[in-house]
Amino acid sequence: MNVRLYLWQRLTAAVMAPLVLVHVIVIFYATRQGMSAADILARTRGSVAWASFYGLFVVAVAVHAGIGIRNVLTEWSPLEDRPAAILASAFAVLLLILGARAVAAVVLP
Amino acid sequence: MTVRDLSHRQGVLWIAALVHRLSGLALAIFLPAHFLTLGLAIRGEAPLESFLRWSDQPLVKLGESALVFLLMVHVLGGVRLLVIENLPWRDGQKELATIAAALSAVIALFLLARIF
Amino acid sequence: MSLWRGAQEGRYETYKVPLRDNQTVLDVVTFVQRHRDPSLSYRFACRVGMCGSCAMTVNGRPRWTCRTHVSSVAKSGRLKIGPLENLPVIKDLATDMRAFFDKWQRAKGAFVPSRSRGEDVERIKPDSAARIAADAAIECINCGICYAACDTVRWNGDYLGPAALNRAWTLVNDVRDGGNTERLRAAAASGGCHACHSHQSCQELCPQQLNPTASIAGLKRRTLWAYLRGEV
Repeated sequence: MNVRLYLWQRLTAAVMAPLVLVHVIVIFYATRQGMSAADILARTRGSVAWASFYGLFVVAVAVHAGIGIRNVLTEWSPLEDRPAAILASAFAVLLLILGARAVAAVVLP
Repeated sequence: MTVRDLSHRQGVLWIAALVHRLSGLALAIFLPAHFLTLGLAIRGEAPLESFLRWSDQPLVKLGESALVFLLMVHVLGGVRLLVIENLPWRDGQKELATIAAALSAVIALFLLARIF
Repeated sequence: MSLWRGAQEGRYETYKVPLRDNQTVLDVVTFVQRHRDPSLSYRFACRVGMCGSCAMTVNGRPRWTCRTHVSSVAKSGRLKIGPLENLPVIKDLATDMRAFFDKWQRAKGAFVPSRSRGEDVERIKPDSAARIAADAAIECINCGICYAACDTVRWNGDYLGPAALNRAWTLVNDVRDGGNTERLRAAAASGGCHACHSHQSCQELCPQQLNPTASIAGLKRRTLWAYLRGEV
């Protein structure tokens, strides 16, 4: 972990703290209302707000989880720095792709 | 045998650090599944709807509650670290870590209660 | 009591030692060496809590053995004593501390003068924020307890460790020092201050009541600003 990785990990953490709060409230609301898929999608489809919110969330979590995984790999696994960095980056890219796809799935009209 | 004697690894802050790391790992493993599930909506609302119905089972709802706990404890623990690293030092970290865990449990249990 | 005998490989051997009033752990280790087994190797010097030489792992925690009363740590009359963790064992209870001091150097934990004898002595206000910060961390006597207690040292071979970074922090706050560019560069690199996870074992166990976690947090802020300004 160096200053550059630290910056991005802490920055994405700070960005995500309020996003998580909103997300948990959304979960509460949706489960309380017993919302169906139709109900949810009616709200998210075509919404620039939800696209921006979850789009930002996906990018931030991909970076944050990627750096976190890199730390865990270098400290808890026998992997050297370079292979750990590559594996962690691959995981981050996976999250980015699957996340973007998920956002598109619920937001595109 | 080797010399290692780690029996002092029991303190509150050590457990807090372990919970933070393990919750992060669990969430990281969960995320691809979460994204794939949401991605079901690409094929229309029916596949997503049938997943939501499947997830109505009590055990799944329990699992979702557990995930909310993991998310909250990771975020609250993380905020505690952000405060340590960016604001002047404050004592009482053990107490803050315990409060973070307790609050997370309360929120997760609250969610569970609202479901059942 | 059981004492570690051997080097990196070895075993704990049990000795029976008379329990007396007001015994320290160093007292009983010395008793073993004098009356049970003269081949036991261990370190001490001042035996009054000033030098830090007698640090060992006592019932799982690194402590100064001369300042640890047997009565406060012996559970049901039993003691388990080993060498400090995270350092190679030379023999029995004595460790090789070279890595600890090498990292001190790598963290640039040495003062770099900025004035010569021809100039006036720098005036330092003891109540300035920088001096207060430096003074809070200055009393480290390099005993190695924080280094032995630190999980991140155990997990990350590159990590400079709490003592070295704590000393770097005191120098970062010393207005007389001229070596901060190199020092912040060392702290910002891989294995520097950002590897710290704030477990606070160092702060909990420091016999001088220092707080390396807080010092390292300070270094994190300073290196971040230096990075954003393009200085590291």
